[in-house]
Amino acid sequence: MANILEISEVSKTYDLDSENPVQALDRVTLDVAQGEFVSVIGPSGCGKSTLFNIVGGLIGQYEGSVRIDGRPVDGAHRDVGVVFQEESTFPWRTTLDNVAFPLEVQGMAKPEREDKARKFVSLVGLDGFENHYPAQLSGGMKQRTAVARTLAYEPRIMLLDEPFGALDEQTRMLLGDKMLEIWAALNQTMLLITHNITEAVQLSDRVVVMSFRPGKIKEVISVDLPRPRSSEVISTPKFGEYVGRLWTLLREEASRGMVESEAELAGR
Amino acid sequence: MTGSFRLSKSPVLVGALGVAVFLCVLEIAVETGMVMELVVPRPSDTFLAFPPVQEDMDLVGNFFVTLGMTAASTAIALSIGVPFGYFLYRNRRYGIAYEGWLAAAFAAPTVLLYPLFLVIFGRTYLTLIMMGFIPGAIPIVIQTRQGLLGVSQTLLNVGRSFNVSDREMFWKIQLPSAVPTIFTGIRIGVMYTLVNIVAIEYLIDFGGLGRIVSEMYFRFDTPGTYASIVAVILVSVFFYWGFGRIEKWLRPV
Repeated sequence: MANILEISEVSKTYDLDSENPVQALDRVTLDVAQGEFVSVIGPSGCGKSTLFNIVGGLIGQYEGSVRIDGRPVDGAHRDVGVVFQEESTFPWRTTLDNVAFPLEVQGMAKPEREDKARKFVSLVGLDGFENHYPAQLSGGMKQRTAVARTLAYEPRIMLLDEPFGALDEQTRMLLGDKMLEIWAALNQTMLLITHNITEAVQLSDRVVVMSFRPGKIKEVISVDLPRPRSSEVISTPKFGEYVGRLWTLLREEASRGMVESEAELAGR
Repeated sequence: MTGSFRLSKSPVLVGALGVAVFLCVLEIAVETGMVMELVVPRPSDTFLAFPPVQEDMDLVGNFFVTLGMTAASTAIALSIGVPFGYFLYRNRRYGIAYEGWLAAAFAAPTVLLYPLFLVIFGRTYLTLIMMGFIPGAIPIVIQTRQGLLGVSQTLLNVGRSFNVSDREMFWKIQLPSAVPTIFTGIRIGVMYTLVNIVAIEYLIDFGGLGRIVSEMYFRFDTPGTYASIVAVILVSVFFYWGFGRIEKWLRPV
C-alpha cells in the first residue's frame, strides 16, 4: 500500500537559545500507509506529543520533513484531523453542533451540515444525545463527540493523542472496540499516540516504540493479530506475548525517564 | 416532601419567599419598636408610599430615565471595554503594563470626579452617562482580557486543527469560551454604573431616581425615600436579569 504519511529525520529542540535546550525528538523517521492503524508508544518525556503536534501542524520550527501524499506539512493540514487527550468539546455547543463545527467553518449550509453531522454522531453511537451539551455527557461520550467531530472533517489521516487516557480501563476497552469499528468502516488511516500498551496492541497494525528523551524510534513491532479485532483479543496468548515484548522494550526507557525526572525535580 | 422538592426546583420562588419572610420580620421589628421607624419605615408603609411618590415625582418616568442612563452608559462601556480588553489580550506587553493601573482605577472613587464632569458637560444627561460609563468600563476591560487569557489552549488547538481563520477563532471559540468571565465583568460594571448614576443624580439634583431619593430624603419622607430606593433596586434587578438572559442565550450551559 502507498504511504500517505512520511515522517523523515524529524528532530525538535525546545529552548534553543537557552543554556539548557531540550531535545525532544532525534531524527525520527516513520512511514504510515493508507488505511493503516499505527500506534506510537513511549514513556513520559519521549516526545510523543511533540511528534503529534508536528504532524498535526500545531508546532513548527523543526528539522527534517513531514509529508502527506508527498506534500510538506506547514501548519494545520486539511488532510489531518486531530483528537486531543484533554477535554476538547465546546461546552456551549450541543453534541450535534460540536460535530458540525468543522463543516460550519467550511461554510456548509445548516441543513446539509446537520444531516452530515447526524451520521457521524450515529457512527460513534451517540444517537439520542444530539441535543445534549457536553456537561450532560460522560467522559467517554465527550471523547466520542470529539472523535465524531474530527471524522466529520473527513481527514485522510486521523491523529489521536491518548484520546481515552483519562477514562477508566473498561470504558477505554469498549471505546477501543468502537474505534476499530470506525476504522474498519471508513478505512481511515490512524496514528495513535499512547502510553497504554494494551490499547496499542488491541488497536494497531504496528506499534512504534520510542526511547526516553531525546525521543528516537527504538523499535517498530508489527502486530499480527487477526482482523476484525475487538477487545476480546486480549485474552489470547499471542496478545500477551506482544504486551510482554513491548513492556520489555519500554521498561528500560520508562525507568530511565523516571530516574531523570526525579533527578530534575531534586535539582530544582 | 414533594412540596419541598418543587420549592428547591424553583429558585425564583425560593428567592421571593426569602424576601417576603424578610419583609414580614422587618414589619414586626418596626411595629414592636426593635427598629426605629424614623430610620426604617414599615415595609407596608413603603409599599403605600408608591402612589403618592408617583403622583408627586413621576416615579415610573424617572425609573425609565435612570434605566435609560444606565443602559446608555453600559452600551458605551461595552463598545469600548470589550475591544480594549481584546487589545490588551492580543498585546501581552500592554496587557501586563495596564493591568495594575486598571485594577487601581477600578478601586478609585470615580464618583468624586463629578464636579469636573459638571464643568465639562454641564448639568446634563451627558454628565450622568459619562460618570456611569467610567466605572462600568473598567471591570469589562479587565474581565474581557482575563476571559480571553483563560481560553483553553486545547480549544484553540481544535480551531487551528480545523484551519479556522483568526476571525472565526475569535467569534466561534474565544468569545463564547470567555463569555462567562466577560459577563461577570459586565454585571459588576452595570452595578457600578448604576450606583454612580444614582449618586450623581442625588448629588446634582438632576435626572431620575437619585433626584427623587434626594427630594424625599430632604422632606424627611422616609417611606417615600425607601420607595424610590426600591425603584433603584428594580433597575438593578432588570439589568441583572437581562444580562443573565443574554448570557444564557450566548452560552446555554
